Amino acid sequence: MALLEVKNLGISFGGLRAVDDFNITIEKGCLYGLIGPNGAGKTTVFNMLTGVYLPTDGSILLDGTNLVGKNPAQICQSGVARTFQNIRLFGKMTVLDNVKVALHNEYNYSLASGLLHLGKYKKTEAAMDQRALEILDVFGMKEYAGLLASNLPYGEQRKLEIARALATNPKLLLLDEPAAGMNPNETAELMDTIRFIRNKFEITILLIEHDMKLVTGICEKLTVLNFGTELTTGTPEVVLNDPEVITAYLGE
Amino acid sequence: MKNKQIDKQLIKNLAIIVIVFAAIEFLLYGDLLTRQFRSLLIPVCINVILAVSLNLTTGFLGELTLGHAGFMSVGAYTGALVTMNLNLPMIIEFPIALIAGGLVASLFGVIIGVPVLRLRGDYLAIVTLAFGEIIKSIINSLKITNGAMGLSNIELHGNYKNFGYVFFLTVITIFAIKNMVNSRQGRAVCSIRDNYIAAEAVGINVSKFKVMAFVVAAFFAGIAGVIYGHNVGTLKPTTFDYNKSIEILVIVVLGGMGSIKGSVIAAIILTILPEMLRSADEFRMFLYAVVLIAMMIFNSSQIKQRILSSDIFLKLKKTKKEA
Amino acid sequence: MGILQNILEQFINGLRSGSIYALIALGYTMVYGIAKMINFAHGDIIMVGAYALYVGLSILHLPAILAILLSLVVCTIFGVVIERVAYKPLRSAPPLAVLITAIGVSFLLQSVSLLIFGATPIPQESIVKFAGIKIGGLSISGITVVTLIVTTICMISLTWFIQKTKMGSAMRAVAEDKGAAELMGIDVNKTISLTFAIGSALASIAGILYVCQYQSLKPTLGAMPGIKAFVAAVLGGIGSVPGAMLGGIILGLIESLSKAYISTELSDAIVFGILVLVLLIKPSGLLGKIRKEKV
Repeated sequence: MALLEVKNLGISFGGLRAVDDFNITIEKGCLYGLIGPNGAGKTTVFNMLTGVYLPTDGSILLDGTNLVGKNPAQICQSGVARTFQNIRLFGKMTVLDNVKVALHNEYNYSLASGLLHLGKYKKTEAAMDQRALEILDVFGMKEYAGLLASNLPYGEQRKLEIARALATNPKLLLLDEPAAGMNPNETAELMDTIRFIRNKFEITILLIEHDMKLVTGICEKLTVLNFGTELTTGTPEVVLNDPEVITAYLGE
Repeated sequence: MKNKQIDKQLIKNLAIIVIVFAAIEFLLYGDLLTRQFRSLLIPVCINVILAVSLNLTTGFLGELTLGHAGFMSVGAYTGALVTMNLNLPMIIEFPIALIAGGLVASLFGVIIGVPVLRLRGDYLAIVTLAFGEIIKSIINSLKITNGAMGLSNIELHGNYKNFGYVFFLTVITIFAIKNMVNSRQGRAVCSIRDNYIAAEAVGINVSKFKVMAFVVAAFFAGIAGVIYGHNVGTLKPTTFDYNKSIEILVIVVLGGMGSIKGSVIAAIILTILPEMLRSADEFRMFLYAVVLIAMMIFNSSQIKQRILSSDIFLKLKKTKKEA
Repeated sequence: MGILQNILEQFINGLRSGSIYALIALGYTMVYGIAKMINFAHGDIIMVGAYALYVGLSILHLPAILAILLSLVVCTIFGVVIERVAYKPLRSAPPLAVLITAIGVSFLLQSVSLLIFGATPIPQESIVKFAGIKIGGLSISGITVVTLIVTTICMISLTWFIQKTKMGSAMRAVAEDKGAAELMGIDVNKTISLTFAIGSALASIAGILYVCQYQSLKPTLGAMPGIKAFVAAVLGGIGSVPGAMLGGIILGLIESLSKAYISTELSDAIVFGILVLVLLIKPSGLLGKIRKEKV
């Protein structure tokens, strides 16, 4: 069975049909790309998948369970994590704490323990620190742990967002333009990291990207979105040579 | 290694607390304080509790609360009614009053949680203001609270003779809030302040932690209210109006939103300073106004950035670190 | 007959205080629409207007019309200067900082007037000499008639100004999208100043009507009408000019009727309860719209 099965997904804002009859099936472990011109509705799809928007119609199944109608926090706990196109870090918290917030549901102790620092507090916090540092280490960010997130350079902020999303222990990771604003070197490094985390954490990744080098370099399958509807789906070679896709990007 | 550091910090804090307490007790027993100063000891503690608890919602959750005095009044009235109606020795009665006052206030924290779930920012600030005014006018019209006349002849359990007791409660409050901020609950609260959409996206139940912050803050404000009632001996609904809420806010703003140490220091300064200046009441409001405006403009101006990045400041910081 | 007349009287009272709320609410709503901030000090501009009238009449012994003019000018200047000095440096600051500053300005105005005029209420005779009218058994006081006429004129001219003039459309453009308006060559700073000026002038009129009604001055006189007018603005839908007028009138009626038929002590609780309810059920108010943050 596929990890993610989306059928006939659609949403309207007032009279505007932003996404219509969107279908996607992602197999477990796949690195999948969602591409399309600006304004095609890619981020809107992400927002529906993560519960930020409630779809007007259609269904979203993750491992066979329905996600439609759940709120973003519940969807995250079901195993979908994401990053944002416009970076959304916890700016006034340290890099370490950014990751620890994402570990919130995995490591538990009561409010009383929290207020008094008694009981499971010390042990749990130590375990959380260790886990958070492990994740940061994957991104080579261990030495930044004590810095405020807002003081990180731009590229590191993007990486921290991915690290934070990974800390929620997702089955499916959604990356919204992870290479936006990066130079070619950083993009190449990012490609390696994405491949590496897919293998190390055994997760499935769906990403939105405009950088065609990144898309063709790492994606195993692509879906092209145009004007809110699906244009075509297939392997990168097939999709990017499709005359319809070329028209959508370049015009007649 | 990190644990050892924390323990060191804890020992240092405990040492400071013991020294401060011993010094004040020494001054009290040696009868070295003027009457004016002696009468300020408890109000300082009350304001510390109020400011530190308000900091949880305003500084750490990032929601401006203009009805903190409302929680305080609920606690004060509950506590006073408990001790006036129970005929037990003070040592039993007062703790019951404290807990009852705190719990009833936190119940009101749950009630205000309903709008808190749906609103943010400006709108929520106004709702907390409205909430404080609603509490005031309900207390004003109830029989059990004796309406506008208020309650009088409350037994004086919280005056300077019981300074030890009040000091202990103040320390507990500071530690509880500080601990909470450094716990998973506190991290959840801070993450909502920094970016609630991202907080939701990493699985934080935003509603739950927003309400939790309000409930915990209300609990301690309620306790401050109980101490207040048993320090002054009389309660009037007008004491806990919008101006009182702003007074607490001024302390938090001056101390720095999100800084517990700052709240404590600012509470001490802003309680003692206006009393020391003559024609206190007229001047106090003026002082508060200037503090609010100056702090906000200073915080977001270039001046602060320049001072923070200036050579002298960096040198100062460096020498402090080395020492 | 007796009950009906009583209800009618309360209704007219409500209409009077409601139309004053509407005048003040217009200032809140216009400023919120354009600067996206709650101008907490707006209520205290009413107080400034009232004291300016008092200074003009009782200290400078000016004729009524000049005293009114003085009050208008002083309030307008206050509004513009407050925006320039306290709010403008914070345009890009978080909303929390702006709101706290506004509270600070409100406190500053109150405390300065306390330092100058003292806390004891100052009596001030009404400038309305008109005795009022009688319709059947119903008598309507002169100040009520004047209030209703003046506020109606203000609202009609404001609506005309916003809808039909070039400056009015600049205001609407800035409220819609500050950045785009600037690109279209609209002077955003000037437009914001203009908004504060108009709002403050309306508050001054509200202050004058308030003094003529209650004939007494104290430094905190603007606080409660200010907060209630804010409730009215929210009720009508903040950012919406017709909403502020509607909200003000409705709030005045509710307040007057609940004072007469429920309880004087609880009337404030009822007014604020309405605010909480409106925000919970329809945060955009009766005629407003709310924008969601883009993810």
